[in-house]
Amino acid sequence: MRIGTGLLLGLLTGLLWGTIAVALTGISLTLITGLPATPIISAGALGGAVNAAIIMLRAPADRTPGLYLVAFAGVIITMMLVSFGAPFSLAFSESSLIQAFGVGLIALTVTFANRAVLIDIQSGMLKRYKIDLVIVRTLKGFGFVFFSVIVILPFYVMVMTSLKNQQDLFLNPLDLSIDLTQGAASLFDSYVELFTKFNFGRFLLISTIVSVCTVLITLAFSIPGAYAVARLKFPGQTVLSSSILLIYLVPMIVLVIPLYAVFSQLGLRNTVVGLLIVYPATTVPVALYMLQGYFRGLPAELEEAGLMDGLSRFGVIWKITLPLALPALASVSLYVFMIAWNEFLFAFMFLDDPDIFTLSRGVVSLNSSEVPRQHLMAGAVIATVPILVIFLWFERFLVQGLTAGSVKG
Amino acid sequence: MAPSNSTAHPPATTTPPRKGKLGPMARREARLALWMLAPTFLIVMGIVLFPLLANFWISVKPVTLSDLRPPTPVVSERVRGDFDIAGQEFEIQYRLRNSSRDGDITDVVLTDTLPAGITVIDPGDVCTVTGAEVRCALDGLPAGERTRLKMTAVSDESFAANPVSPRDSEPTVTGTSDNILTNSEFTLDNFARIFDSHEFWSVLWVTITYTVFGTLGALVLGLFAAQMLNKPFAGRSIIRGLFLFPYVAPVIAVAFTWVILLDPFNGTFNAILQRMNLADEGVNFFGQRDIPIDVFGLTIDFPLALATVIAFEAWRYFPLSFLFILARMQSISSDMYEAAEVDGATPLQQFWHISLPQLLGILSTLFLLRFIWTFNKFDDIFLLTGGAAGTRTLTVDVYEQGFALSNLGAGAAVAVAIFILLLVFAVFYFKFVHREDS
Repeated sequence: MRIGTGLLLGLLTGLLWGTIAVALTGISLTLITGLPATPIISAGALGGAVNAAIIMLRAPADRTPGLYLVAFAGVIITMMLVSFGAPFSLAFSESSLIQAFGVGLIALTVTFANRAVLIDIQSGMLKRYKIDLVIVRTLKGFGFVFFSVIVILPFYVMVMTSLKNQQDLFLNPLDLSIDLTQGAASLFDSYVELFTKFNFGRFLLISTIVSVCTVLITLAFSIPGAYAVARLKFPGQTVLSSSILLIYLVPMIVLVIPLYAVFSQLGLRNTVVGLLIVYPATTVPVALYMLQGYFRGLPAELEEAGLMDGLSRFGVIWKITLPLALPALASVSLYVFMIAWNEFLFAFMFLDDPDIFTLSRGVVSLNSSEVPRQHLMAGAVIATVPILVIFLWFERFLVQGLTAGSVKG
Repeated sequence: MAPSNSTAHPPATTTPPRKGKLGPMARREARLALWMLAPTFLIVMGIVLFPLLANFWISVKPVTLSDLRPPTPVVSERVRGDFDIAGQEFEIQYRLRNSSRDGDITDVVLTDTLPAGITVIDPGDVCTVTGAEVRCALDGLPAGERTRLKMTAVSDESFAANPVSPRDSEPTVTGTSDNILTNSEFTLDNFARIFDSHEFWSVLWVTITYTVFGTLGALVLGLFAAQMLNKPFAGRSIIRGLFLFPYVAPVIAVAFTWVILLDPFNGTFNAILQRMNLADEGVNFFGQRDIPIDVFGLTIDFPLALATVIAFEAWRYFPLSFLFILARMQSISSDMYEAAEVDGATPLQQFWHISLPQLLGILSTLFLLRFIWTFNKFDDIFLLTGGAAGTRTLTVDVYEQGFALSNLGAGAAVAVAIFILLLVFAVFYFKFVHREDS
């Protein structure tokens, strides 16, 4: 083994992987099993460094599975020695199977991570290319861990909190394990209560009606408009197609006060109809912009042929343009559905009557000290699950819609 | 859109466009286009452009939330005496009340229908009776005033045989009241109140900090995530879907989850910090304005709550920049990277000298758009902190002034300030983004 920048970088990445592995495993063990584990970070970090050092004992070409096995064992031994046999600050006699599993998992991930980063890196002096390679690989690996944690942790907490009860939550907020022996009825207690006592079934229905109607109205308004902008010639066409996007830049909160005042006096404020006037107004420009872009890309010859054969303009749109534009219609519909489903501001400002609450408004009404927090989280889950299921089901279309429309947020 | 787009695809009709005057075909086409665009125009005018302008009007009016319920006359009807005994005199009484304590009502007119068989002997000073119809007219009903209108009446035999209460027919009452929203009373108090307060400038400062760092945070995270997913690998589409979760989930769900996750007393995140010995006691992420931090012996007040809402903003919107940057990166030809590889460029050099220049266009577009959207953002901060602990932005201030303090005029004044700042941004948008788009 030569000593150089290779070894130095190897030790550093080893330290990093060891730290990440031990911290994440420790926290995950606590969150999943409820064990009061405090991972000893230094033990993991040193274990990772030892692992990297063992791997780098040999040149890249000579590394055998046996060497990796030794490196794997090196992590375990180092961790146990440094932490005096208690890598999670727990006596090993307590839940020893789980702890052993945790240590094994750490050693395994550290070995794999180091192997992936150092696969073609020797311990001696490195060229700049190899140094960059190690840095980029480490950053990428770190990125995966980082993004996965920041995305998964909140959603995991949301779901698990909704399945627990207030007492357990206050007693140990780290223990998000759920007791499966208690039976489905008590497990889904919060959900049952929301649907029976808090009228969430109705909110779900109202949200669905509002979102679907918004989609239909938006399409009915934006299809003819988009067709006109894309295909017909009229004075001011270019100005119009470029200024549509300006509507994007208008903040909803600026519209709230005048709309609140006018809708109050017209008696439209506390009604579903009021929402169905406001929501399409915010989505029609986006939809129009997305659709006209797609319509432009369709071959105009087909429509001309249709006109020649005696179809009216609306016949052409109905029989030729729309069938060709189905993917775009799907994207637009999904995107508009998502906006309407997630909308909070106007639902919050306009709706006072619990009989016509949308889900967003309903969940906000749970945010009080009198309602236990697992109910609030159950409400959040009920609002999230439908839109996530739709998203995962039609991901391709929605992603298209998001990018094509240079979406508003 | 580029002007070239309209010429790239010729219009569906074959009439060649003439310069200057439009031919009959072209005119018909223009008229058709107008009809097809009319619904969009109407709804955008009514719900977006009209309110935008209405803000200017409301901002110079002394209007509060309670003014939205205009003063209305309220009436209740009483009957005193035995109306079911023929020939017996009894009294019909209308009690009128002004619903408002501040607004006067003028030209109050009350109408009612009496059952057949009742004759009014004395209609009083203000009422007239023609047949069964009663009509009473008052000049005015001052704020908070109550008044009683009395009539004396008798019933005849046929009525007494089959009596119905005169109260069964509801009296209707109308009146004209001054609507604060439409009268010609103007004031500059709202603007004076907004700009004079020391608070406005700190709100503006918070808004700018939040906007700049929230935008940058989302962009940097998005760029980072896009780099990771650029090269294909097993499970890439799953990870891409997962990364979009924060954006797709409803804001109320994720905002409340963050609030509960970061709860200072029994939030999971604080428990993790304590378990790892990173904090001695629960940190109140959304409730604490500043925490002192020692940097090389200097103590700096770090705006904790503001930093946390910025982190939320970056977390929630990185998926969007991630998607756009990824789409752009996929379209960079791999030849360039191969050539660079042959020339011995390291991965970081490739990123710096090839990827980044290629991404500059989309990055600046995203920056401007996200800057404006972050500036416009209301829901997130409102749900997370309600604007407390030094996180009140201009948009939250609109709500605070207009609804929490019930001063709609002042809220509209803040909205006008937002609108003017946005106009400045819009000029930028048209000068830079639009050029790059085309």
